[in-house]
Parts: sequence; C-alpha cells; structure tokens
Amino acid sequence: MGSTIAKEKLLTIYRKMVLIRRFEERAGQQYGLGKIAGFCHLYIGQEAVVVGAVEATRPDDFMLTGYRDHGHALAREADPGMVMAELFGRTGGYSKGKGGSMHMFDIEHYFYGGYGIVGGQIPLGAGMAFASRYRNEDRITLCFFGDAAANQGSFHETLNMASKWKLPVLFICENNRYGMGTAFERVSAEPDIYKRAVAYEMRGEVVDGMDVRAVYDMVKDCAAEVRSDKKPVLLEARTYRYRGHSMADPATYRTKGEVEQQRHNDPIPKLRDQILKEKSIPEEELNRIDAEVKKIVDQAIQFADQSPEPSLDELWVDTIVEPGEPDVRPRERVLGIKVDWPTFPSGQELKVTWELEPKATATKKTG
Amino acid sequence: MAEMLYREALNQALAEEMTRDANVFLIGEEVGLYDGAFKVSQGLLARFGSARVVDTPISELGFCGLGVGAAMVGLRPVVELMTWNFALLAIDQILNNAAKLRHMSGGQLRCPIVFRGPAGAGGRLSSQHSQEFDVVYSHFPGVKVVAPATPSDAKGLLKSAIRDDNPVVMFESERLYAIKGDVPEGELLVPIGKAEVKREGNDVSIITWSRMYYFCEQAAAELEKQGIRAEILDLRTLRPLDEEAIIATVQKTNRVVVVEEGWPLGGFGAQLVDTIQSKAFDYLDGPVQRVTGLDVNMSYAANLENAIQPDAPRIIEAVKKVMYREEA
Repeated sequence: MGSTIAKEKLLTIYRKMVLIRRFEERAGQQYGLGKIAGFCHLYIGQEAVVVGAVEATRPDDFMLTGYRDHGHALAREADPGMVMAELFGRTGGYSKGKGGSMHMFDIEHYFYGGYGIVGGQIPLGAGMAFASRYRNEDRITLCFFGDAAANQGSFHETLNMASKWKLPVLFICENNRYGMGTAFERVSAEPDIYKRAVAYEMRGEVVDGMDVRAVYDMVKDCAAEVRSDKKPVLLEARTYRYRGHSMADPATYRTKGEVEQQRHNDPIPKLRDQILKEKSIPEEELNRIDAEVKKIVDQAIQFADQSPEPSLDELWVDTIVEPGEPDVRPRERVLGIKVDWPTFPSGQELKVTWELEPKATATKKTG
Repeated sequence: MAEMLYREALNQALAEEMTRDANVFLIGEEVGLYDGAFKVSQGLLARFGSARVVDTPISELGFCGLGVGAAMVGLRPVVELMTWNFALLAIDQILNNAAKLRHMSGGQLRCPIVFRGPAGAGGRLSSQHSQEFDVVYSHFPGVKVVAPATPSDAKGLLKSAIRDDNPVVMFESERLYAIKGDVPEGELLVPIGKAEVKREGNDVSIITWSRMYYFCEQAAAELEKQGIRAEILDLRTLRPLDEEAIIATVQKTNRVVVVEEGWPLGGFGAQLVDTIQSKAFDYLDGPVQRVTGLDVNMSYAANLENAIQPDAPRIIEAVKKVMYREEA
C-alpha cells in the first residue's frame, strides 16, 4: 500500500481496533447471559472502517451512523464502561439506559448518534454539514451507513442536495454485503455503491474496508477534499461482519466457506502481521496493548454490572426540553469529570456570509 | 393594532425572528424565488439571501431530515411543507428523529425546529390534498403541536415556536391565509399550551381550533339571536393540551360541543371528550356532542366537498342537541 502512518498513530489504530473487537465479543457474551437485550448489532469484522476513518479526520468533525454503533462511539473515545452500561440498560449509560444498543450518543466527542431506521440518519448528516457551511466552519461531517441504506430514498434525496449545495459531508457506506439476511446484489440493480455518486456529480471511491491502512489513506484523501473544496464525497468501504445481522440472527444465509474465507481476511491479525513484518513495533508492545484492552473491557463489564437501573423519575424527563433546562453531559453526570462541550455561536453573534445559490440564479427574472 | 392577512402575519413573524436570530433559516419547496406557494415567505429571499431562505428539490424526507440535522448542531430551522399531506413522505424524520432525539440521547441533544404548512381542505383538491393530521402528530410525545385560527395567534405562535427548544408542528390552512384580523403592534409572543376563550357565553361551550373556529363564530352569532349564548374556546395548541382551560369552560357552561375538521374515529375531538369525562364529569349536564368531518375520503365535486366538512348549521344542530332543544 505504501502507507506511511506514523508509529504512534499505528499503535492507536491497533489499540482501538482490538478494543472494539474485545468489547463486541464480550457484549455478545453478555447478551447470551441475558444482561443485554433487544436488538444488538455487533461490529465484529468491520473495525478497520470506523477506526481508519476516525483516525484520518479531526476529533471535532461531526459524526453519526446507523444502529451498528458501539464501535463508532468507542472509536471516538467514548468511555467503554458507559457504553457497556447503556447496553445493560443502566443509569451509568450514555443515555441513562434509555437508548440501548442502537442509540449511542456521545456529544462531548462530536458523535451524534446511532439511529434505528435504515438510512434515516443520512439527511441528518447533510443537515449538520449544512450548519457548518452556514457558520463558515471548516469541520466536516462523517456520515456512516450500511449497504442496505443505499437503497433507501433518504440516500438519494440527501446526495442530491448535498452535492447541489456543496455540503462538506463524507458519506461512508460500510458495505458488509448483507442487508439483514439479503445479499446486497440480490436486490440491487447496481451493486457497486460508489458508482452511484456519478448520478449526483460527486466523487465516488471504493476502498478495502478490511485493510485499515487503506481506509486511513483513502479517508485522509477524501476528507481533505471535502474540507477544502466544501463538497461531499461518497466512499464505499467493502467490509464483512463475522456475526449475524443482530444477536437474534444465526446467519444461515451465508455459507461456512464464505465466512471462513473472510476470516483469513480479518483486519486485526492482518494489521498485526504487517506491523510485525515491518518491524516498526516490537511484539511485546502489541501484547501489552492486548492485555490492557482486556482489562479495560473487564472493567467496563464490572462498571455496567454495578451501575443501577435508571430511577422511574427518569420516565418524565428527556422528552421535552423545559425552558432553561441544560443539556445533559454524560461523563459529568456519571463520572463527575468536567468536560468540554460543543458550542456554537448565538444568533446575535453569527454573521451568515454563505451564498447557497449564486445571486444570478436566485434572483427574479425581470422583463 | 394593525389589520393584516394571516399569511402576512406569518411573514412578519418569520422576518422578525430571522432578523433577531441569525441561526433561524427557512427551508422548503418554493419558499425563495417563487415567494412561497401561498406567499407566506414573500420577499424573504431578497432580504435574507439564499442560505437563509432555501429552495429545495421536491424531496420532503430529505429536507425535513436536513433541517433536523441542522437543529441538532445549533441552528433553528423553519421547515415549510407546501402542505402537510406531503409530510407523509417525511414523517420518519419528524416523528422518529426530531421527536425522539432528546430521549434517545438521554438529554444530550435538543432539536429546536418548526415544521409548518397548511393542513385540511384547501378547496376542490380531492382526497390526497385535503387531510387533517391533528391527531397524528399530537399523538406523539416529543413534539408540540399548534393550530392557530387568527392572524394574531398565527404570528404569536410562530414566533414562540421558533424560540422553543423542541420540535414544533404548526398547522395552518390554505383557507386561512387570506383571512384578515387585528394583530397587536410590537413584540407578540403567544404562549404554546394556552387556549383562549374567543367568545364568552354561559349556556354552552364550543371547543375548537384552526379554521373551524370561524364556523363556530357563525354558529354562535346565529344562536345568540335565538337566545343561546355560546362560549368558544379556541385551543390554539393541541400538545401540550390546556386542560385547565377546558375544565374551566365545562364548569362554567356544563354543556360541550367539540368541533373538528378531521375524521371522527380516533379524532382529536375524541381525546377531548375523554379529557372532559375523566376530569369534569360531574359538571356535565349531558353527553358531549362532536361535530367532525364525515368518515369518508374527500371528494372533488363542490357539493360533496361541502357536505363532508363541518359548517355552522351542523354546529347549531349539535348545540341544540346538547341543550335538549331539538326541534322535532
């Protein structure tokens, strides 16, 4: 690949990918124990996509995704114990146990959530990027979604507007090849999702989503263009989930052979081998990371186990914002840590200079 | 006081709030260059520019969702729906995203956004373009719902809606846009969640909202000639519901007629009847009467369209029934 990712960065990438993998394995196990319920979609196999993308962009770039969202929160450095507590439906979770697996939100880290309706978050991503242009910020929005979402109207309506209005959003389609149990090509006239960018006058790219260094390099390149040229890019990352669609899915629609073949392509051992082969980092260092991560995940489960269920009084808050009511900052609420919170200019401070349409088009024809 | 049209009052509210707060922008179909399908946004593009008065493609789901995303990160969008019928294509964004963000995020996010546009019969538009959605949106926690009848309330409620930190659904009406009324000069904020007694009376309470208010006034004027003094309570807001005002008028007159444009089964009026029977049963001198649209799809033919909608004679009939003054 010729990727030149610095050693420290590679270590961070490796650590995050292993953290997500171990976290998800243990989440699956806890589901089996009945501590997690409902729909629980594991990210195992897809780690390279979100970690590569997050490490290639700024921590204050807006980000959002669908319901397979634990890995996205963790990649943005959400507290693993609080993510696990949310899965357990406990008060120490990011949403006080009100959202669960599909609705992780960590606004402190500019992660604007996990959404439960396929493709429903795509227009939100364009709206966040719209706000960035409106305020003349140089941040971009990373809008993640799965392959199946590319067949929703929301995808097409949003790409059209985002391209026409030059909104700084990087659409990252995590193509894990199945929309629940239906293979994408079985229901798609054009299974190459990146090609759909052409219809909206956008740059479309495809990358091997099982190779984190390839993802990192590609996202770096795309994000730079989105940021500087203020226009959207569609990136398809070809990836694979080793588990079923959700914990309720035994995944009988795939052959053993297919899954086995994909196992050889596992992005984590692949990265580990690359690192060791290139001798950039000694094996002990990687082993040390593995051991640290194991401990972090053990502690996360312990934290979630010890966190109480939300009080019944919680039923009556967080539906309507009362006048003067502040926003809840989860790590302050749960851990007592003072945190920075995204702030935006008031309507009295803000000067809008953006012209969405050239004056000539947006003025009345006379005569 | 200044006399103005309902649409002019809305236009004034938008212009005032956009001047006061640069985070407020208007987005929707034909709001800019065309000056608004119903001229509510007349002149705003020229005044505020194309980033703040945004003409969209016909992609209701897309631009409603885009508004929600912008509201999540500090802007205050006003999304104009050419009619609420078209919002059926976008209802996931309004009710699954906007209405649930505060909850799903455990209080981390707020979504200050207004969705507004005309609902109900516009006039000879047949079945796809003539629907009320009062009960649809009011059913959901996480949104506020307003339905002003007069220019003054339209202005004051839109301004309050824009300043509210929650998603607000606002029902207007094609048939109301050209209604004239007095609007107080200066800053006008009508509180969300407060009904108003628009006509005082002791004999019977007529509870209504939006365009039906005018038929109630016609009916009340006619009834007065016959010696029946009707009180008209204009709800103005459907969620949160002003139960206090409802109970107060029931306690005063002991007889109630609920008038709504929408369908009878599970209609918003059915909810009002429940509120009244559960909270003011002892004050009732008879069963609450409902006047609703007929339980059929809207027709194009003028006589059919008229027959489907409530009017003053049907309201008068219901009042007489609730007062046991039916003529054989």
